[in-house]
Amino acid sequence: MTDSRNQAVPAGEPMLDRRDERVAHAATFGDTIRAFLDRIRSGDLGMLPVIIGLIIIWTVFSILNPVFLTPNNLVNLLFDSSTVGIISLGIVCMLMVGEIDLSVGSVSGVASAILGVLWVNHGVPAGFAILAAVAFGALVGFIYAQLYNRFGMPSFVVTLAGLLTFLGLQLWLLGSTGSINLPYGSPLVRFGQLLVMPAAVSVILAALPGVLMLYTGFRTAARRKAAGLSSQSSAAIVTRAVAVTVVAEIVVAYLNQGRGVPWMFGLFVGLVFAMQYALTRTRWGRSMFAVGGNREAARRAGINVRMIYTSAFVACSTLAAFGGVMAASRLASSSQQAGTGDVNLNAIAAAVIGGTSLFGGRGSAYSALLGIIVIQSISSGLTLLDLSSSLRYMITGGVLAIAVIVDSLARRSRVSHGRA
Amino acid sequence: MTDTLQGAPASGAPVLSLRGISKHFGAVSALTEIDLDVHAGEVVALVGDNGAGKSTLVKILSGVHQPSAGTIQFRGETVTLNDPSAALSLGIATVFQDLALCENLDVVANIFLGRELDPLRMDEVTMETRSWQLLNELSARIPSVRAPVASLSGGQRQTVAIARSLLLDPKLILLDEPTAALGVAQTAEVLDLIERVRDRGLGVVMISHNMEDVRAVADRIVVLRLGRNNGEFAPDASNEDLVSAITGASNNSVSRRAHRRHAQAAPHAPEAGQ
Ligand SMILES: Nc1ncnc2c1ncn2[C@@H]1O[C@H](COP(=O)(O)OP(=O)(O)OP(=O)(O)O)[C@@H](O)[C@H]1O
Ligand SMILES: [Mg+2]
Repeated sequence: MTDSRNQAVPAGEPMLDRRDERVAHAATFGDTIRAFLDRIRSGDLGMLPVIIGLIIIWTVFSILNPVFLTPNNLVNLLFDSSTVGIISLGIVCMLMVGEIDLSVGSVSGVASAILGVLWVNHGVPAGFAILAAVAFGALVGFIYAQLYNRFGMPSFVVTLAGLLTFLGLQLWLLGSTGSINLPYGSPLVRFGQLLVMPAAVSVILAALPGVLMLYTGFRTAARRKAAGLSSQSSAAIVTRAVAVTVVAEIVVAYLNQGRGVPWMFGLFVGLVFAMQYALTRTRWGRSMFAVGGNREAARRAGINVRMIYTSAFVACSTLAAFGGVMAASRLASSSQQAGTGDVNLNAIAAAVIGGTSLFGGRGSAYSALLGIIVIQSISSGLTLLDLSSSLRYMITGGVLAIAVIVDSLARRSRVSHGRA
Repeated sequence: MTDTLQGAPASGAPVLSLRGISKHFGAVSALTEIDLDVHAGEVVALVGDNGAGKSTLVKILSGVHQPSAGTIQFRGETVTLNDPSAALSLGIATVFQDLALCENLDVVANIFLGRELDPLRMDEVTMETRSWQLLNELSARIPSVRAPVASLSGGQRQTVAIARSLLLDPKLILLDEPTAALGVAQTAEVLDLIERVRDRGLGVVMISHNMEDVRAVADRIVVLRLGRNNGEFAPDASNEDLVSAITGASNNSVSRRAHRRHAQAAPHAPEAGQ
């Protein structure tokens, strides 16, 4: 029964997945657009709200202060986005299984403290210090998972306890001085503050997604055709790849007018792609979606649900710790303030604003990327307008509230349209 | 009342053999001292009223619940089914009454859930082709296997759940009301399928409230009542016997109703009096 007869469908017969005449299949370009609009209307919003939000925010801020859209301001924005964005990527994992981690800020703070204490105070090589900080994050996630799996503690309680505990640990590690300066000129600090890609490298990297889309697109189409399934037309594949490449190259060309594309942002985007691949193309990712969608069904399908929760907790805390290391390199210091304030909420808000559902089983790694750019844009724009952080907090809070409302409404609409 | 069938044609060795299975949910005894044998190449129908404990028994066999007492022998060996993956890896596939599908995932993802091809680089094309093959075997009317299960009708979901149980090449299939939501053609396909599966030498346990379906495919009918064994019947047993075993009395609502209808149809017959 496990053989897979891949023979093509005999000529004249409709393709395997086109035998139900009730289904309108998108045949022309117009049909594709119409199918897309139908999906939006039914509440399957995907990344649309965040893209619209981004356009509005950028328009408003560039009208209020033309500096906002200058290449160098955007380069700075990308530097700032990368650190919290990496943390937010972990939050995406937690939201995917329908849980939350409120302690990512504290964990990132402890990680930056570990880095400072080991590297600067004890002379441990930077690489080992980073490794220790990240390993600490993994350990924290593992402990959370044990508490969650064995004692059934709700994740928000476990991680709320962690938030306080690790804030305390951070203060204790840094001791009376309260802050450790990382050596200027060291590769780590240069990575966090200065290093940008050479223009040629950035242009090549920006072309990579399009090339990959072409390659996988044509390969999949050929395999589907051979298996007797409908496949995307070559025109559609090429159009999408060209559109993505053009957008990416325009962005890169614009940034290259200023300082250029930060390596740290490149690292962040690389992590986003890796996470997206893991979530959509591996069994682990499929299990994450299943556990978030229907935990009991996932268990009955033989999925090791506890292990999936453990992997989500560990991924989240590990990425939080790594984000903390990056934040330390960005600020060239490990301070008592690292990871406090709005880091926690920004990381969570970014994932939600980007379209990952708080209700579990729905989302993507791209939401961390788009969401953090929205949040940093607001923050950067308000700073340029010389507005105090009090107003910044309130506005970010408002945006988060809007994102959650959109998520809830979209979910209700999906349920009524059978797309839950 | 419990005219236990003697010398039923035990085709092959027992695949599954339960002895003294009990299950308590707090104060509720859902199952008490259940014995059940299923042979290879045999369809056993499990019948009983609502709440008789049929689904509970199926959940114990699929590793969802653990029995409070009793032993399970599978292919001659005593097994403990600590979780669903233990049952699945032994070759026990289940279609649950509540289907247990993930509504946020599409049909292909649900059929292959937990056993995706190529874990590190899922082979979506082969999985989709295989899904269509399974669904076509069941005459499924499913518009798209790439639509989330949430958008399917009840019967379509049931077909997906059945297709999923066939994927793994199981040794024993447990079907908890597999035809409850199905159309005429799809029900016939599922009954055909049950016969095909039996002919391949698999054991089948089917739960159904539809006596017609049960008689059509079952080799043996096992009655549960209030969580206890209440008799075994051949498929040609009289309706009266079956109903009284299921409801526990010869004077029950079903027989009273049949009696009334009979009385209306023949008002002059002698038994038409009060
Ligand atoms: N998880 C549970 N917790 C407590 N009681 C339960 C649980 N599951 C089942 N029961 C009880 O066990 C008894 C048997 O339930 P079960 O679902 O096995 O019945 P059934 O024979 O499948 O009925 P139906 O024909 O309605 O599907 C019922 O009284 C039910 O209330
Ligand atoms: Mg039941």
